[in-house]
Amino acid sequence: MARLPWRARLYIGTIVAAAVVLLIRGPFGGVTWWREVAVLGVLLVVFESTATLLRPRELAWSPAPIATLAAVVLVGPVGAALVGACTAFGLRRGPTLVQRAFNTGMLALSAYLAGRAFIAAHGHVGQPVSGSFPGIIGPFAVAAVVHAVANHGLLGGVLWLTSQPQKRGRRTSAPGMSLELIVSDLGYGAFGLLIAALWSVTGLFAPVLVLIPVAVARWAVAQIVEQQRAYEAAVGALCQAVETKDLYTRGHSDRVSRGSVMIAREIGMRGERVEALRYAGMLHDVGKLGVATRVLQKTGKLTEEEYAAIQLHPMRGLEVVREIGFLDEALAGIMHHHERIDGRGYPMGLAGDEIPEFARILAVADAFDSMTSTRSYRGARPIEEAIFELRRWAGTQFDPAFVDAFVAAVLKEGWQCPEPEPITGDLPAIPAQDHDDPASPLRVIASERYPGPVIERGPQVPGSRRPDLPDRGPNLNNANY
Amino acid sequence: MSERRHEPRKRPWPVRNSGQLLLIAAAGVVLVASVAQTAVAGVRDTRIAIAFGALIAFGEVLRLNLPGDRESAPIGIAGALAYALLIRVGGYQVQHTAEQVVTVTAIGMIIGALPHLAVGRPAKVSSMATRLLCVAAVAFIFRSLADSDAISGHWGLAFSLMTSLVLLALLLEAVLTALMRVEEQRARFRVALVDEMRVQLPLGAAVGASALLIAFAAETMGLAAVAVFTAPLLLTQVAFRRYAGIRATYLQTVRALAKVTEIGGYVEPGHSERVSQLAVAVGRELGIHEPELLELEYAALMHDIGQLSLTDPIPGGATVLAAPHEQRRIAELGAEVIQQAQVLGSVAEIVRRQNEPYRGIEVAHEGRGRHAAVSRPAVRSGPPLSSRIIKAANAFDDLVGSSMDPDRAAAAVQQLRLDTVSEFDPDTVEALSRVVHRRSVIQL
Repeated sequence: MARLPWRARLYIGTIVAAAVVLLIRGPFGGVTWWREVAVLGVLLVVFESTATLLRPRELAWSPAPIATLAAVVLVGPVGAALVGACTAFGLRRGPTLVQRAFNTGMLALSAYLAGRAFIAAHGHVGQPVSGSFPGIIGPFAVAAVVHAVANHGLLGGVLWLTSQPQKRGRRTSAPGMSLELIVSDLGYGAFGLLIAALWSVTGLFAPVLVLIPVAVARWAVAQIVEQQRAYEAAVGALCQAVETKDLYTRGHSDRVSRGSVMIAREIGMRGERVEALRYAGMLHDVGKLGVATRVLQKTGKLTEEEYAAIQLHPMRGLEVVREIGFLDEALAGIMHHHERIDGRGYPMGLAGDEIPEFARILAVADAFDSMTSTRSYRGARPIEEAIFELRRWAGTQFDPAFVDAFVAAVLKEGWQCPEPEPITGDLPAIPAQDHDDPASPLRVIASERYPGPVIERGPQVPGSRRPDLPDRGPNLNNANY
Repeated sequence: MSERRHEPRKRPWPVRNSGQLLLIAAAGVVLVASVAQTAVAGVRDTRIAIAFGALIAFGEVLRLNLPGDRESAPIGIAGALAYALLIRVGGYQVQHTAEQVVTVTAIGMIIGALPHLAVGRPAKVSSMATRLLCVAAVAFIFRSLADSDAISGHWGLAFSLMTSLVLLALLLEAVLTALMRVEEQRARFRVALVDEMRVQLPLGAAVGASALLIAFAAETMGLAAVAVFTAPLLLTQVAFRRYAGIRATYLQTVRALAKVTEIGGYVEPGHSERVSQLAVAVGRELGIHEPELLELEYAALMHDIGQLSLTDPIPGGATVLAAPHEQRRIAELGAEVIQQAQVLGSVAEIVRRQNEPYRGIEVAHEGRGRHAAVSRPAVRSGPPLSSRIIKAANAFDDLVGSSMDPDRAAAAVQQLRLDTVSEFDPDTVEALSRVVHRRSVIQL
């Protein structure tokens, strides 16, 4: 937030100035509602101080509209704006000075507009009595909608202006999220009407009663965020388990996941599916856990049986993740990520459109990361060369549409290549071959019994193994056991 | 969706036990008496009764499952409690009796349960009976006082009375549910009660406060209070449901993580699952609380995950047969993997220390026996209880496997007992022996 674009500064300045003008203009002549404003202001400070962070340093969920909407009914637009301005005194430590000023201006403005809307819809300002119901519900609903729209409109504006220019305009999960927030603001806004209604029965005690359900709601929201994090970590641990077995591919799952998401965004996939694809990318190689480490780390040519074991890994992966509540699409993606467009892939030999979309996307990202990573038999290829390879195999191995989308995304956003791993004796084992590498496929000892297409996964690259490398580092596993 | 899915565990004891039958019978008696009385006296304030009955039915439709296979219908309960605590609706003093509250609540619950039945999700009758009894308790106390001037005149007094009654209802629900759990899972009552209160606290607080708010707000708002209130309650419930859903997915992921050793052929199929079931039973026997019990379950499921880094599986996956330093290395590597998951609490620590002799490592290394350990305080304290439980359960399963032969089980327990001098925790082995014994008795 240190360096704001001038547009954003202008925007925030305008909003804060508008709020200040409103509050100075009043009118404050002959008002008797200072007590209500004070109580609701304190309530708002409490809400604001305990807001739940939805996105670190960016977005927080706060039930503040409850207090401002109660003020709209009890004291009218100007008083509501005054209550909204109490945001400035929030005790939350996260926001910077600019964020705090913006939040204050935003809430004061939204509250004022809601108050105007309430009056325009023939709502009567003051303590509701028995006769006010159910007539007051209509105007209140109008006020709540105006409040939510103003609030999220202003917020969306600042988020858009302060986002990175190259990311701007891309559809991220933000619209879905703010829709959810608007709905939740509208729902919890009902508590505002409740506070107003209770005022004539329990007086100042009304806000205290409302605090408990709001606190519980906040707890539940915090739990969701927490559990989401736990879930991410558990998926991370699964990846870690894969990489324990095959240290050389460290970070591979993570990068494939990122690459797949880049493709998905490029073709404008829906947010929920992007999420599923992200997890599919993380877990696409989980089936390697079901392949004997001895086979994965073998330096020489593979026997038929060993090659068959490697070909089985997508199925094994499915077995591991089947019971996780993923979208079925993600499961299909994991299972078929080694199919080829020409039908010569594994495990089922699907071709063209028979291959699930997720699997076709994963295949592109998977191969690209493999090519741009260092392997014991070759150095990392430069990005240009890897792109060239992808294009070369588009139509036979990869879906051309996704290759194009990926290349476009990489050219726009760049690609973070893994750090070249120093090849020392510290690595317990170095897999000499990579089943994901399209340019240098697994070398299999051709047997009399199974000659055939399974072996020819691509052009053989003779002598691709770097001769200057030691055959294999001392294998700690073997030394220990 | 639910985390119960892969737990069609064969419980050796019958599903509906005497305690549940007693509870259901009690609720039934209260209900029949109330319906009879209401039928004789006639329904009063029909409009209000219908409004609240609808809210209760709606809440029952939206009932949700909380972590730990607990069924809850927060909106329904809030509506029923509010109906029991109602004094005035829009200035009109309500007339309904406690019996009517019970009748309306029961009808609402049954109507709300119908859609669940239609899609093949039978209601948990004992859980519904518990809810009905709690509402009945509040109704019978409060309705007899609601007419008095002291209550209807002073909102402060009414408020304190209502608060205590709501607390009473929530406490009653916790006690009844804990009693059920004691019988169902052989937990200790005190442990079960504390667990129950801990889980129910957040939702219970929201339910209680909402009931009070509806009861008070109805005074000015009339029946509109019911409608206005549904919105925020609904949102809170959606949040809870989503929380429960993500949590279930998370637990499924951890289970998947636990399964990789089996799929990789490192351990015999079913080994992790059996060890974890046995470990949880032993943990319950030793009075471990639910959050730690969950950690124990996951640590037990994942106790062999370190074997992934072995180039070749240990024959048969029986770690008990491997050399001690290998066992330690496996535990160490497993803990490293789990550590990456960060949030699994102390699971990594439990797995890391699963092979330590219960008297602590120093003593075992020097091999001086127990006297040395007593005279000189051990440099390092023994492993946590959960690690000791896993050590015993794992050893037991390595010796017995999937065999159900009681003699073989008894022999294995005997073998563990012989090693309680330094390796296995004697208390844990005794608890394990009780669990195993119970199991074989039920089989016979």
